[in-house]
Amino acid sequence: MSVPPAEPPTEHGSEAAPDPATPHDPAAPPGLATPGVADARTPPALAVRGLWKSFGSTVAVRGISLDVPRGSFYGVVGPNGAGKTTTLSMATGLLRPDAGSVHVGGRDLWADPDAVKRTVGVLPDGVRLFDRLTGAQLITYTGLLRGMDRDTVADRTQDLLAALDLVGDAGRLVVDYSAGMTKKVALACALIHAPALLVLDEPFEAVDPVSAANIREILAAFVRTGGTVIVSSHVMDLVQRMCDHVAVVSDGMVLAAGTVDEVRAGRSLEDRFVDLVGGRRGTEGLSWLRTS
Amino acid sequence: MVADVLRLRLTLLVNGFRRSAWQTVGFLVAAVYVLVLVGLAVAGTAALGVGEPATARDAVVVGGALLVVGWWLLPLLFFGQDQTLDPQHFVLFGIPARRLATALVVAAFVGVGGTALVLLSAGSSLAWVRSPALVPVALVGGALGALVCVVGSRALTAGLAPVLEGRRVRELTSVAALVVAVVAWFAFVRLTSGDVGLSPQGLRDGAASVAHVAAWTPLGAPWALAGDVADRAWAALLVRLTITGATLALCGWWWSRALAAAMVTPARSVEGSRQEGLGWFGRLPASPTGAVAARTATYWLRDPRYAGSLAIVPLMPVVLVVVSGGDLHAPVLLLAAPLVAVLFGYSVSNDLAYDHTAFALHVAVGVSGRADRWGRCLPALVLSLPVVLVFAVASVALTGRWDLLPAVLGLALGSLGVALGVSGVVSALYLYPVPKPGESPFKQPQGSVTASLVGQSIAMLAVFVLGLPTLVLAVLTLALGNDVLGWATLAVGLAVGGVALVLGMRRGGAIYDRRAPELLQQVLSYR
Repeated sequence: MSVPPAEPPTEHGSEAAPDPATPHDPAAPPGLATPGVADARTPPALAVRGLWKSFGSTVAVRGISLDVPRGSFYGVVGPNGAGKTTTLSMATGLLRPDAGSVHVGGRDLWADPDAVKRTVGVLPDGVRLFDRLTGAQLITYTGLLRGMDRDTVADRTQDLLAALDLVGDAGRLVVDYSAGMTKKVALACALIHAPALLVLDEPFEAVDPVSAANIREILAAFVRTGGTVIVSSHVMDLVQRMCDHVAVVSDGMVLAAGTVDEVRAGRSLEDRFVDLVGGRRGTEGLSWLRTS
Repeated sequence: MVADVLRLRLTLLVNGFRRSAWQTVGFLVAAVYVLVLVGLAVAGTAALGVGEPATARDAVVVGGALLVVGWWLLPLLFFGQDQTLDPQHFVLFGIPARRLATALVVAAFVGVGGTALVLLSAGSSLAWVRSPALVPVALVGGALGALVCVVGSRALTAGLAPVLEGRRVRELTSVAALVVAVVAWFAFVRLTSGDVGLSPQGLRDGAASVAHVAAWTPLGAPWALAGDVADRAWAALLVRLTITGATLALCGWWWSRALAAAMVTPARSVEGSRQEGLGWFGRLPASPTGAVAARTATYWLRDPRYAGSLAIVPLMPVVLVVVSGGDLHAPVLLLAAPLVAVLFGYSVSNDLAYDHTAFALHVAVGVSGRADRWGRCLPALVLSLPVVLVFAVASVALTGRWDLLPAVLGLALGSLGVALGVSGVVSALYLYPVPKPGESPFKQPQGSVTASLVGQSIAMLAVFVLGLPTLVLAVLTLALGNDVLGWATLAVGLAVGGVALVLGMRRGGAIYDRRAPELLQQVLSYR
């Protein structure tokens, strides 16, 4: 592949020259300069190397490495129990890996978790919220925990409630919310401090189509302005339409990763996914299930 | 059908053991504890049956009636029904309500509680050891009594379930249980301080009169059948059999009806309360510590589990009155304020487990240990201070020992600081499962009993050791009657309490900073 004319090779050299220390930056994860993975000068939004995690005798994640380029909309797909949630938990500081490293914007997450977490917004899956608070209180609580001042928190809370169509329910306790509304208020909590990196575990589960479209629009705008989004999902169609990068995870390992077009290789993402993961059976089973 | 449900119940019980060793240990401890209590009750009945058959007869009726009342009401107020065989689980199988009801009744006898019920009912027949011919009759009566317990309890719970399902109502019942406890305390104080003599003869007469009435109600009727046969009072026997039969039939009918209704009514949500504005979040400082404090304060008011952890506070004077033998002037009553202080400080020693997995927010945000610890501690401190002061002044006023006020205050405030400080460290080190958010505060998760006992013992030991200097000074003040010593107790108490509080927060914060992800994993395992 040739270098595009709009980007003369000299520019690359002139930028790299004044800063010769960059390639040896100790904070940069190993293997960063691998061709085709990431540009060595700007560290990826998230770089994960050799993550490994076992629970008792079950190995949930076996050596996952991923590079999420800055400004990308990155989908993580995989069958149930593939280790998606475990990987994302380790990448956001919720779960300490047995081995491996996590770098967010070039900074080692597990070396200084509290500082790095300030640049990350997280929507974890399968955890409760402080659901005895009202929706407005919960978002405010998150903002204040992030150390933001009262006025900014109040303004952003109103904006988020409006954007996610929760204004009418701002005064209701979160425990009385529906599953979709709970997802939306949790998303608002992930967004309030304007993070550089958003990690969303199953953000569209139980969310109605209109709200899902609103959320997609918010996320797309976030990516357009330089933010990075990682979503995990089961819905291949959604990932194919929404994301520009995708990683297929199964059995605690990355089976394929790259741009969506690279991974699906001319077929639909769903077909490619089933191909990669395997496990499709023929339809001859369950003959007794036929009604006629 | 009955066999299937029974097998399911047993499988669930056995699989519970496979989940964790703690659960098995907890089950065994609970089983031994209950069996010892049941053994004592049965042995007492037998001894009474040999020594005083007439009293034994009344005692069985009163005890049986109490058993039924307890079996009916305690699940409603405190424990909640055992959910392992929730009828909602059977909704999709299309089982006729009547058959399901029968199966569930039989399954209710499996488990620690059910076994205890069977043993108690059978044991009640030992009241008739002096006339063996009546033992089989008493056994039938006991079996009917056990059935009344189970069927009545199911009918009550199923009948009230639609009402109790609402969150607010569930919280109200918890508060109602607290009120009942307080009323019981007042009744107890009146009884023990008044001139009501509790002589053995008085007890016998009391039991006889209560038994006489109870035996004509559904609560006591089944337990009185053998007595009727002994008296050859056939008319009375017939009436009591009718009462028991009608109760069983009515409860059974009511329950299968409620069950049939539950089968076609999915669990529904109730419109909850609204709150405009930010509450405490608008009033406390806009900082991470202030935010955690505002959240904690909101939960103290809104989450009945916090109030539940303090349910013993109003009962504390009762315990002390019992210890003092009903003497309201005894110095032991002065312990009320220090003990309440320890309870309050101790109530936050498992705060992270109360958050349950919502704690993930603190880890995801990266809340500092300092903000987390102080934010959780301050509302408890502000809430407990006035209560502890009131208890201190009230106990001094009651005993008339105003000279001891400084010593009592010193011991109470010192204990509060020490307990809060120890809680700050312990809650970052040692968690144990508690009722989940929204569950009854009195419902202990399966298998948590032993684990929580160990944790509580360690924390209590630490509180005791750190509080020892102040305690020794206070005891010396009481023994020597020296005012200077009293003021010294106050000074030492405040100093030790203050230092313990600050150091506890600092140490707990450091541990929290190091272990936050591991703490999250621990609460995640409580699902």
